[in-house]
Amino acid sequence: MSPSERYTAAAYLVVFAAVLLYVVIIASKLQRLEREVTQLVELAKKRAPDG
Amino acid sequence: MRVVKLPVLATVSTALLGLAIALAFFYAPADADQGLSQRIFYFHVPLALTSYACFGWGAWKALRHLWKGDPGADLESYVAIHQGVIFGSLTLLTGSIWARISWGVWWSWSEDQLVLFLVLFLFYCAYFMLRFSVDAGPARANMCAVYALFGVVLIPVSFLAIRLSKKFIHPVVFTAHGPQMTGAQFLTFCVCLAAILVLFVTLYTLELAGKRLDASLRELRELLA
Repeated sequence: MSPSERYTAAAYLVVFAAVLLYVVIIASKLQRLEREVTQLVELAKKRAPDG
Repeated sequence: MRVVKLPVLATVSTALLGLAIALAFFYAPADADQGLSQRIFYFHVPLALTSYACFGWGAWKALRHLWKGDPGADLESYVAIHQGVIFGSLTLLTGSIWARISWGVWWSWSEDQLVLFLVLFLFYCAYFMLRFSVDAGPARANMCAVYALFGVVLIPVSFLAIRLSKKFIHPVVFTAHGPQMTGAQFLTFCVCLAAILVLFVTLYTLELAGKRLDASLRELRELLA
């Protein structure tokens, strides 16, 4: 593999890795939001008059 | 933009990115001077143009916030600028890799285009320092909107820098006589630009949906507390 091929592959991989990292960050945030929704649902059930 | 559009946007974005990579490597002819490294151009320039679009969109939303007091415009401006910084950092990274192959250096301080883009990038990085150093509320939203509007002035300066520069080390592909490339190269470039722009719209919609959901949950928790 020539240096030009290596660097070109690196440039494309940088973009791919950045998008992947972004998706991972968003996915972890969604998991946190999901946990919060579950907690709030439980809290709302406890607060309900017949709960 | 509605959250229900997200799966469609994500599908179109993935398909366009796949097509763009295929065209860049298997359809576009190799450049006689630069060889394989010229293929970095197909993503580097769309990334730069998309970051300009992000900052421009962020400034437009900031203007809407100040002018019309649009609810949510401050958040939309913030998310657009966040995306602009991400695309801007990718522009700098891919540009540096290309410079290493073509010029033998990672960076050149004598290049007006590079330095002005870095100034634009750092200006918008400082936006986050401002935003997170002030408590949330109307004052923060107004300050951030004014800052975002100031930054938009740097976009045409950065874009025109290579045309105003006397050195012309940085390649100029789009001149007054049109794009300086073959039809196949131009088609590939257009597909790559469309792919990166759709990727921006997808990530922008996704991040905005997450932030809005986060805000709604915070409100709900306060109500239930």
